[in-house]
Parts: sequence; C-alpha cells; structure tokens
Amino acid sequence: MINKQVSNLTVALAEIENGATVMAGGFGDAGSPNDLIHGLLECQLKGLTLIGNGVVAEDFGQGRLITAGCVDKYIASFPRGPGTTIFDAGTPTAHIELEVVPQGTLAERIRAGGAGIPGFYTGTAFGTPLAAGKETRQIDGKDYVLEQAITADVALIMAKHADRWGNLVYSKSGRNFNPIMAMGAKLTIVQVEEIVELGELDPETITTPGIFVDRVVEVENPTTLYGEP
Amino acid sequence: MTAGPQKKGMARPQIAWRAAQDIPDGAIVNLGIGMPLGIPNYIPAEREVILHSENGLLGMGPPAKEGEEDWELVNAGTLATTLLPGGSYFHHADSFAMIRGGHIDICALGAFQIAANGDLANWNLGDGVRTPTVGGAMDLAVGAKRVFILTDHNARDGGAKIVEECTLPLTGLTCVDRIYTDLAVIEVTATGLVVLEHIEDMSFEELQDKTGAELQQSADWKPLESPDLD
Repeated sequence: MINKQVSNLTVALAEIENGATVMAGGFGDAGSPNDLIHGLLECQLKGLTLIGNGVVAEDFGQGRLITAGCVDKYIASFPRGPGTTIFDAGTPTAHIELEVVPQGTLAERIRAGGAGIPGFYTGTAFGTPLAAGKETRQIDGKDYVLEQAITADVALIMAKHADRWGNLVYSKSGRNFNPIMAMGAKLTIVQVEEIVELGELDPETITTPGIFVDRVVEVENPTTLYGEP
Repeated sequence: MTAGPQKKGMARPQIAWRAAQDIPDGAIVNLGIGMPLGIPNYIPAEREVILHSENGLLGMGPPAKEGEEDWELVNAGTLATTLLPGGSYFHHADSFAMIRGGHIDICALGAFQIAANGDLANWNLGDGVRTPTVGGAMDLAVGAKRVFILTDHNARDGGAKIVEECTLPLTGLTCVDRIYTDLAVIEVTATGLVVLEHIEDMSFEELQDKTGAELQQSADWKPLESPDLD
C-alpha cells in the first residue's frame, strides 16, 4: 500500500541534513508552510541554502529560519519584505550570501529543474546587473540570457487538501510557488489542513499529482502570520 | 517660516486617473506597487478590464474590506484582495508565462529613473545599504506588451527622474512606452521623448527645465487635465 501520510511534523522533517538546499513555498504568508519551516528550526540545522520568494517578517516563517542562523545562502526575488531590514548593511543577517533573482526567472528555474530542463533563455534581466556574467544569445534578433535550472534536496510545501497518494489541492493565491517547488526536490514534504480518502479529491482539480510528493502531514490549524498575536 | 508657492501639478490619484483613461476595454493589466494600484478606481465604468496579479490571479477585484480579509487571497503587495466572478488561480510559473509570453497588454510600474530611450531603473537604489528586491519588475518590464510608468516628475530633492541615461542599476532596456507624471504625459518613441500633454500652468520650457532629457512637443499636444479627486 502506498501511504505518504506521516504522523507528525518531526517525522515529516526527519533526515534533513546540515548544508541541505531547501525550497519553501509561499508568497506573502499565503501558501507558506510555516509549521514545517518552524519545525525545521528544532532540527537545529546549519549551513542551509534556502530558496523562496522572500521574507515577509523577520521572526516568522522563512525570516525566522534565517534570523536563527540556519541559513548560509538565500535565493529569492524579494528577500527583504515590506517593513523588514533583513540582510541590510549593519544587520546580523547582512553576511548571508544573497542571490536576487527576478521572480519569473526564479519560478521558471524551479519549474525547469523539476521538468528535467537544465537551462533556458529568457529576455528578463538582459542588460541588467542580474544578468552579469551570464551567457547571452541573440535569437531572431532579440537578446536573451541563459538561466540555469534550480533543484533542491528538500521542498517544504503548503496545500489545502491531500490524499495518501500525495495528490494536492491548493487554496486561492496559496498556490504560488508550491506546485513547481513540489516538482523540483529529492524530498517533497507537504503540510495540509486535511488528508482525505483516496477518490475524494476531484481529479480535475488536483494541481500537484502525487508523483511529486514524498510525505504529507496533517496540520489542521496551520500557523499563519495574521493569526498570531 | 513662510509658505512657498503652491506646488504645481497633479496629485497622485490624479496621475492614476490620467493613466486609467488610456486603458482600453478588454485589456489585461498588471499593476505594480504604489501609484499604479490607484488605477482601477478610475477606469471608466463601461470598460471591462482584467487585472493580473503575478502571484497567480487573473480577474483580481478590489482590496478586501477591513474585517473581511482572507489571507489565502493576497495581491502582489501581499495585501488581502478579492477575486471577481470569472477570475482564476494559477501557479507562479504559469503566471510569469503570461508575463514573459507577451499575454499581458499593459503593465503599470513606478520608477526611480527613466531614460530617453525607454530604459527603466526601478528596483535598486544602489546605495549598498538596503538589500535590493527585484520581485517581478524585470519580467514585467520585458514581457508586457506596453509598459506605463507612473511617477513624480522629479525626485524629492528636485532632481530629474527622466534622464538621458539611467545611472541606477537597470530593470530593463528600452522597455518603457509611456510616462505619466504630475506634470506631463510623455510617449517614448524611437526618436526620443514626446510630450503628449502637460499641465497648463507650466510652459514647455519650464517642463524641459525640470527634465533631465530632451523633450519634443507633440503636434497633437493637449493640456493635461484631471478632475478633482479626494
């Protein structure tokens, strides 16, 4: 029998090693797997490379993992969210290596990684500092930058519903990076509000087929930025 | 302290109003953070416009009312928003396929600097203090069919934001199509910056003095006007 459901966050997060590359879904707080991310703190890992859209709050979600000293490198499009000073000169996180990537290029690099495509050409960032040192090419008279795929050891994913095969359904703008990150990691770990019986999810609405998912943990009341005092 | 002469020019909502008049019926539009977010308030009611939000929404509605926020439904500025009937959700790679693939008709963005050839700098002040955050700006600058810039004509220190060449790190090359400021509406053309409209209580020469790049006056020049808005 295939059963990807695990009993709790500790089991869900087992076997992640120091120095791992970890992707985490979420845009703003929507679709951010905060219980998995905060659970990762208890693993006391060091030297992580973290990949995400950006930090929403310095002491919450991806920000908490970074300010706790677990992360050596951060790959993000909006690393310093509104109202934060994280990574700014003079802050305790200023030393962390940052790779700022245009949001669409970040998404496509992740999608390409999961799809087995090692790189692609895009017009985004051509002629800007974010294309510095990258191979460029003219195709049909237009200028493009070669961008390489991103894969990770671990993806931390937030969805609304799952079944024991790991099929996932998302909620509203909580989808964001989650489906593409789920495709691109050796170990994809998902938190959902409810795990339902096989067959209960409408096959027409399953956004991430279970083939991309390794572990699913039920967190009935997920921790959200706006739910905390 | 004595009060100086009243500042000439339009208020920020009026800039958004003026840009909104140029958005045609049926357009698919992406709005950047800041002034562009005011545009939907002023699109003429008979026009149906679909708003795209790069975090995976088409058919985005107005901001959520206080007390009715659903934090699973946010806009590109991570504020609670709504979805209109007919709206849809999709993931980030699809969202940027819409942008990069040329499916967005108009994108309205803010700017630090715009060059005479349409180069745009709007992501990085290059001060070495604040961490640069690019978000979707570079993808939008290159991918949208038309790029509108909404900006104050001059920086707070009075310096020009419309310049011969950008000195700040670039967002995109030759990507800006039209500039809406508190003083003027300017089209970026292959032969330079063409003033379509400017406020009546400022001469073309005065406008030129406040601009860091050479301006041409359109043969179809009109005064820049907007209703009084709160």
